[in-house]
Order: sequence, then C-alpha cells, then structure tokens
Amino acid sequence: MPSLKDLRNRIASVKATQKITKAMQMVAAAKLRRAQSAAEAARPYAERMEVVLGNLASGITVGPETPRLLAGTGSDRVHLLIVCTAERGLCGAFNSSIARLAREHTNRLMAEGKTVKIICVGKKGYDILRRQFGQQIIEFVDLRSVRQIGFEQADMIAQKVLGLFEQGEFDVATLFYSRFRSVIAQIPTAQQIVPAQIETTAASSDAVYDYEPDEGEILATLLPRNLTVQIFRALLENAASEQGARMSAMDNATRNAGEMIKKQTMTYNRSRQAMITKELIEIISGAEAL
Amino acid sequence: MATFSFELVSPERVLFSGDVDAVVLPATEGDMTVLAGHAPTMTALKTGFLVITNTPGNGRRVLVRGGFADINQNGLTVLAERAMPAEELTQEILDHEILQAEMAWDATSDPAAKHAAEAAIAQLREAKAALNM
Repeated sequence: MPSLKDLRNRIASVKATQKITKAMQMVAAAKLRRAQSAAEAARPYAERMEVVLGNLASGITVGPETPRLLAGTGSDRVHLLIVCTAERGLCGAFNSSIARLAREHTNRLMAEGKTVKIICVGKKGYDILRRQFGQQIIEFVDLRSVRQIGFEQADMIAQKVLGLFEQGEFDVATLFYSRFRSVIAQIPTAQQIVPAQIETTAASSDAVYDYEPDEGEILATLLPRNLTVQIFRALLENAASEQGARMSAMDNATRNAGEMIKKQTMTYNRSRQAMITKELIEIISGAEAL
Repeated sequence: MATFSFELVSPERVLFSGDVDAVVLPATEGDMTVLAGHAPTMTALKTGFLVITNTPGNGRRVLVRGGFADINQNGLTVLAERAMPAEELTQEILDHEILQAEMAWDATSDPAAKHAAEAAIAQLREAKAALNM
C-alpha cells in the first residue's frame, strides 16, 4: 500500500502530464486549421493540373516518342518508394501506419524479386524503416527546419526524383503519405507517380487544340511539374493528417489522464479516511482502557 | 464587351477567379491577348507580367514565373509556377527572384536551360524597371 505522500506525488505528476497533453492538443488544433486551409488552397492547382494533363494526354497516342514519365521505361524492375512521414512523434499511429504500408509494399516487391529503393521524407519514417531496410534507403530528406511546407520543398524532392529517373535509377515510383479525411480518419495511401497515371477525359477530345510551342514540348514540361504538384499535395495532406492524428491522440491522452487522476484521488481519500478512523479507534480504545 | 471566365492559380493559392474582358499572357512564343471566344489553345508561359482587364482601360498586373495557360470553351485557366500581384511586389522580392534566376543560370550547363534562365533574368530586370524600382 503506497503511503499518502506517494499518492499525492503520483496525482501531481499525472496532473502535470495532463496539462502537457491538453496544451499539445490545443496547439495541434490550431495548427490543424492552418494546415487544412493550406491543403485546401493548394487543391485547385492540382485539380486543374489533372484536367489539363488529361486533355493533353487524351489527344496523343503512346508511342516511342512519348515522354518516359508518361509511358514508363518499359520495365518494372526497380521500384522507388517515397515515404512521407512526420518529423515529430506523439501523434498516435500516424507514422507507424504509413511505415507499415511502406514495409508491406517493400516486402511484397522484394518477394517478387524486384529491387527496391527508398527515399524517406521526415525523420520518424526514417527511424522506423532504417531498422529493417537500412540498405534500401538511398536518401533522407529532413524537413524539420521548415515551418510551413512550401512549393520549394516539394520541388526539391521532385528534382531529386527526376534526377534519379533520368539516370535510369528506377522504373516505377510510388509515393506514400496519409490522406486527410477528417480529424479522426487519416488514410495511409500509396500513389504511383512515375509513370504518371492520368485519367484521360473523352469529353474534351472533340475540341481541337492549338499548342504553343507544340504538344510534345508542353507535355515534356508539364509532366515534371505534375510530379512536383503531386508531391506537394502529398506533403500538405500529410501535414494536415499529422496534426489531426496528434489532436485525437492527445485528446485520448488527456482523457486517460483525467480517469487516472480520478481513480488515484479516490484511493488517496479512502486511505486517508482509513488512517483517520484507525487513529480514532486507537484514541477511543486508549481512553476506554483507563 | 463579352466576358469570359478566368482563373489564375498558383500552387499555393487561387489568385484570381471571375469574369474578365481580356487577359494578356506572357506566352513563350510572344505575348498574346485572350478575348472571349478564343480558339482552344494551350501554351507555356515565360516570366513576365500577366495583365487582367475586367473594366475597360483598367488592368491588374500579376508577375508570373513560368507555367501554362489552357484556353478552352469554358474559359481560360492559368497554372502559374509562381505568381505575385504587382501591388505585392517589392524590390527585395524582385532582387531575390533575380538572384535565384542567376543561380539557376550558374547551376546548369544545358544550353536550352541557360537560355531560359537568361531570358528570365532579363524579364525580371525589365519588370523591376517597369515598376520604377
């Protein structure tokens, strides 16, 4: 049986923890709002980009002169996985669920005899994957110093990926991130970005387009941009998901701490009462004996 | 005057959305003005000022750095890589952009890319002069 002082200390420490988790929850809520509006502001660009690419791609037939970013290299031997996670922990299963998806994917590919290369964006995913796939990880992008994710960061990652692609370092690239559905639901997602998967729209193909300079050239510049846009979108979705996950994780933690405090206060009061009763009995029985 | 719908989006935000009379685009093959009923066209953009006219004789200028314009029967959509309204531009921003373009020029050895970077520097200097800075 812990002494009263022990119990008091324990309650105080749980209260301190609760204060921290409560504060983290509120900070996450504020950051979530910002991240969500950033993700929403970026959505129109990505959507228009898809429409424009769809228009463009429906007009051309895949041939030998089609850019390789669209048509692929013709093989799928080497896979590149770009795993985007958070830089910080304490956000529930957010990082581990992305890492798990990436790990399952990697194991499946390796079982099929494919070569796998991994680029980690975010420290947490790197920490988790390093243990098992230390040899496959070719690059680790650290965004810890970045407060608000901008287009430049996405562009930097995309340039790395494009550089590798041009050197023939991989055939297929897949992006792993967490899609933001709501505060309580973030869906780990794998999205293939190279070769680009474009939905061709049949409806717009009846309009005859003029191209300046020409179709191929526009496509050749548009495809790398599309890659950047996809990565940018993934990073923003991830940022919103991270804050959402942290918010609900911290909400749970605060509630658990509250329950613990309640339980321990109960025990504390009980043992205090028991002690008083015991002392009274001692005094009374002492008085009776006289 | 007939109007058409115009949208200017950059990766970070939507800068303009609404009906306009005319838009001047800094296309790679030369500036072009888009009016209502323009033939469907897709063009790449270079660095330069995009001018939006929604009331006659009154234009809003936006500095764009590369991107694409898609003109179809529904209107005009500009996907700018980077876009800054003229009223938000300051000397520091322009100097920073010029510096970045110069760095891009230094970093590449591909003649086409060098040429593009050179053109961008020239246009940014021009923009600076146009804004009296």
